[in-house]
Amino acid sequence: MSIFINEKTPVLVQGLTGRMGSFHAQEMIEYGTNVVAGVTPGKGGTTHLGKPVFNTVKEAVAATGAEASIVFVPPAYAADGIMEAAESGIKYCVSITDGIPTHDMIRVKRYLFARAKPEDRMILTGPNCAGTISPGKSMLGIMPGHIFMQGNVGLIGRSGTLGYEAASQMKELGIGISTGVGIGGDPINGSSFVEILKHFEKDDETEAVMIIGEIGGPQEAEAAEYFQKHMSKPMAAYIAGLTAPPGRLMGHAGAIVNTSGESAAEKVTILKDAGIMVAPTPSDMGITMATLLKGR
Amino acid sequence: MDIHEYQAKKLLAGYGVPVPKGGVAHSATGAIYQANELGGDKWVVKAQLHSGARGKAGGVKICTSHREIAEFCDKLLGNNLVTHQTGPGGKMVSSIYVEEASDIAKELYFSIVLDRTSQKVTLIASTEGGMDIEKVAEETPEKISKIVIDPAVGMQPFQARQLVFTLDLPNKAIAAASRAVMKCYRAFRDTDANLLEINPLVLTTDNKIMAIDAKMTFDANALYRRPEIFEFRDRTQEDPRETNAAEHDLSYVGLDGNIGCLINGAGLAMATMDMIQHAGGEPANFLDIGGGASAERVATSIELVLSDDNVEAILVNIFAGINRCDWVAQGIVDLLNKRDIDIPLVVRLSGTNVEKGQKILRDSGKKIITADTLSDAAYKVVAAWKQATGK
Repeated sequence: MSIFINEKTPVLVQGLTGRMGSFHAQEMIEYGTNVVAGVTPGKGGTTHLGKPVFNTVKEAVAATGAEASIVFVPPAYAADGIMEAAESGIKYCVSITDGIPTHDMIRVKRYLFARAKPEDRMILTGPNCAGTISPGKSMLGIMPGHIFMQGNVGLIGRSGTLGYEAASQMKELGIGISTGVGIGGDPINGSSFVEILKHFEKDDETEAVMIIGEIGGPQEAEAAEYFQKHMSKPMAAYIAGLTAPPGRLMGHAGAIVNTSGESAAEKVTILKDAGIMVAPTPSDMGITMATLLKGR
Repeated sequence: MDIHEYQAKKLLAGYGVPVPKGGVAHSATGAIYQANELGGDKWVVKAQLHSGARGKAGGVKICTSHREIAEFCDKLLGNNLVTHQTGPGGKMVSSIYVEEASDIAKELYFSIVLDRTSQKVTLIASTEGGMDIEKVAEETPEKISKIVIDPAVGMQPFQARQLVFTLDLPNKAIAAASRAVMKCYRAFRDTDANLLEINPLVLTTDNKIMAIDAKMTFDANALYRRPEIFEFRDRTQEDPRETNAAEHDLSYVGLDGNIGCLINGAGLAMATMDMIQHAGGEPANFLDIGGGASAERVATSIELVLSDDNVEAILVNIFAGINRCDWVAQGIVDLLNKRDIDIPLVVRLSGTNVEKGQKILRDSGKKIITADTLSDAAYKVVAAWKQATGK
């Protein structure tokens, strides 16, 4: 098992006919992702990359049985696209788009949580992320698939390229990944570390988890608390931004130290106190995971 | 995006939030003219720059004569003011705001934030006005009240009352305070604000509510649909290197060290800075060149890093996903063919097309130090920097 996606998961690409959508959908198909259709309003009835294109997500789901969706829609329209996916019965949605207004994301989350039963809720990861990959099975994202080796470590990261760095360091040491999930660099994420950890905890194929955090926001502290209270699997972490000055936005819209508890040093302390093994430098992410796995 | 106090007050006044009468000026003469327009014999004169804590830094003065106003303006206008929020260089005082003085009975704290824990808009109020709210939250959390807003229906009047009744206000002022809070919320909601802070919000001796200071910041990602907010942008408050970078769609933050960096991805950029420090150096900047970096874009980025006189060595760290290592390598070589770089240049390439990229660097015959891993790159750049500068 992997979480969220596997080789069978039927995938829809929202914004398939756009420049970004076309390029990455092609890469995804080559990787082995079961892309079944695309959605571009106004281009319904056409074919693109050999896949049928629909005007609405609802039509696409009805015709193809798509269960997961990846959204390559420009920032101004992305929130709308995500809510359309939720309304149409998509179970797992990845939003790649960088630059969605924060007030829009607050509305999106309210819309998702308005669905009474948690089991009926669409799981959203991103926005502003590299996507999700179950190595060797399926890739919903923009990452270089070949650096992710199939295996038993769950990987969750707020940063795309730092996730690549972790995956390649682990691959060098012969450590593979069950599923790699980018949760994105925005202040309001579709899913937090904790929400993804819940799935890894239940996944038989995942033996240990690595989270890659950074400055800003409460997510890493929440993950530490969840780990202590609810997790049986060992966990490692790395936090970027020890040298980031407070009050400055470091690239990601969510990477800013505004209040106490949001700096990298404070997060490292919180994670260590919870019993999580923290990589001292970004070059030690792989070796830290290797040590963690040996110690089990 | 930050705006000035006088701009925030103008915006809030448009929503019906009570603010003192005032006028903005760009010269001593202009400030005296504004004082005359206001009348009376006592004015609060405030330096306008994108920072809080201006009072403590000498940026706010109560003046009782035109001469005092002129002296204040001559001292501050066009000069940099250093507050504990600006960093050591300070920020330029680009204008002066002259306000009528208020008779204050009580100072309160009020703010609206995008709370990252509840992931909703949250209102915060406290009886401890004029204080550092972080400190109040730490030392006397019982003095802070919070109200979380349901995004589906927005703020309701009862929520404003709930908040305002915690502030020990006289009954006469409750209705006015609730109205002010509601109006602030509408302003926040309508403008895609990230933060609205009124510290202090005051009760005057005649039981009126008044916003004495106002700070607002806005979501840069939403400015496309808020042209009226974008009009408030003041380039004198920005680091010209950061503005220049933003125009090339690059994300740059100037720092105080000597090792310039150029990286793809915000997280990897932060991690690389950390690694440089771990190796014994100090980063001169944060620079995320983003995905899909063309050769031209790489060259522009290196020029940008070099525009900082403090830079004495450069580290390029690329983990290519959407990027291609060969494009990045070509960008570096193209630039070196056009101009000499007389400081050490360390390049680490990884990911898509790495062999092609490394070959381009090797075959160029240029003085480029290559590295295989992140730590290798950091240690090499720090060693080369030490050797080149003798530090």
